Amino acid sequence: MKKELICVECPKGCSLDADIENGKVVSVSGNKCPRGEEYALSEIENPRRILTSSVLCEGLEVRMLPVRTDQPIPKAQLMDAMNAVKKIRVNRKVKAGDVIVPGFFGVNLISARDAGTL
Amino acid sequence: MVVGGGPAGMAAALAARDAGVKDILLLERDQHLGGILNQCIHTGFGIYHFKELLSGPEYATRFIRQVNARRDIEVSLRSFVVRLTADKCLTFLRPGRMETVKTKVLIMATGCRERTREMIHIPGTRPAGIFSAGLAQKLINIEGLLPGKEVVIIGSGDIGLIMARRFTLEGARIKAIVEIQKTSRGLMRNVVQCVRDFDIPLYFNHKISHIYGKGRVEKVDAVKVDDLGREIPDSKFEIACDTILVSVGLIPENELIEMAGAKIDRATNAPVSSRLNTTSIPGIFACGNSYKVYDLADSVTRDAQECGRMAAQYLAEAS
Repeated sequence: MKKELICVECPKGCSLDADIENGKVVSVSGNKCPRGEEYALSEIENPRRILTSSVLCEGLEVRMLPVRTDQPIPKAQLMDAMNAVKKIRVNRKVKAGDVIVPGFFGVNLISARDAGTL
Repeated sequence: MVVGGGPAGMAAALAARDAGVKDILLLERDQHLGGILNQCIHTGFGIYHFKELLSGPEYATRFIRQVNARRDIEVSLRSFVVRLTADKCLTFLRPGRMETVKTKVLIMATGCRERTREMIHIPGTRPAGIFSAGLAQKLINIEGLLPGKEVVIIGSGDIGLIMARRFTLEGARIKAIVEIQKTSRGLMRNVVQCVRDFDIPLYFNHKISHIYGKGRVEKVDAVKVDDLGREIPDSKFEIACDTILVSVGLIPENELIEMAGAKIDRATNAPVSSRLNTTSIPGIFACGNSYKVYDLADSVTRDAQECGRMAAQYLAEAS
């Protein structure tokens, strides 16, 4: 079976053709770089996305802190992950890259900016 | 002097500094550096410049840290320019005072603004609930407010597509994205990961022909159009919604250099210039989205760095 995909790894948006046998990708064409092949494999066998959102702060110089998962998480878990994000409160000074929640859906939820206290 | 502390202004200031300019003042109207990147919390930044995938705030943070580490770049936050003259005298407000500075060379990095509902001529009432996509982005990501629950998006620009995903993740429902052209104006990766991932209906060759609602938006009419934009008879249908986002393009913001007498292209609102990053006034440069609207922040950084070097060279030749 052949499946057409569009790579989301960079702004070029290459059109990919994936050859699939028994749910496994056997070959990929149309990609202009190795990331395209990795994307096609992941997209067919276990689609994942990085989740980005913002969480409410208490006593920081910003009201909302932008956060993201440091690795992609399964696409099917995005909405569950959002429900978890909504319950988080940040009340300490953070730097971009600091882990806000370790082990968040198997990866880390990290801060995307520096934010000091008021 | 650099006006604007977003990706263009920071990259230009840093490049000018590295090219030997000693006395740089960077003005930013917000209380933080970073510009629009602070509300662009999605990933997709940095692939070219840093060779890694970053969100907007992370991309901004890398430049903010560099700017703050350079002593000869003075940053003035909450500083709003109100007047610019042809001899490069610039007047700005900052908390508690108004200052006028005579500059030798000026880099404008003032970004762009969104086109509005009024500019695309949609008949109907003027209820609450109509937002530009970038304003909705600010309300959700910076203020923590969700502007609506049942949303129709007009236009398929990147900000509109990204906001379709953002509203969906926040529990709102995107009833439709309506694009008058036959293809998306946004990047394909955003059509895939923001629209198809969430099964959001995307109508090409369609337009919103009427907006209804008294206090608040209640519904819209959508209609199919041909390739010349003419309505196709009997194709009209209603979409109930409480919110409309408008994502129909960006306009470079150049009112200050226009005030100083620079020539502006009426069709694009960009400066008329013979060479990248220049204006019709010698010594006033423009970069980033105020020079032309870019798809990628990485490209803004690249061209703004070039602008900083050009400005440094102009300064060296003038003195």
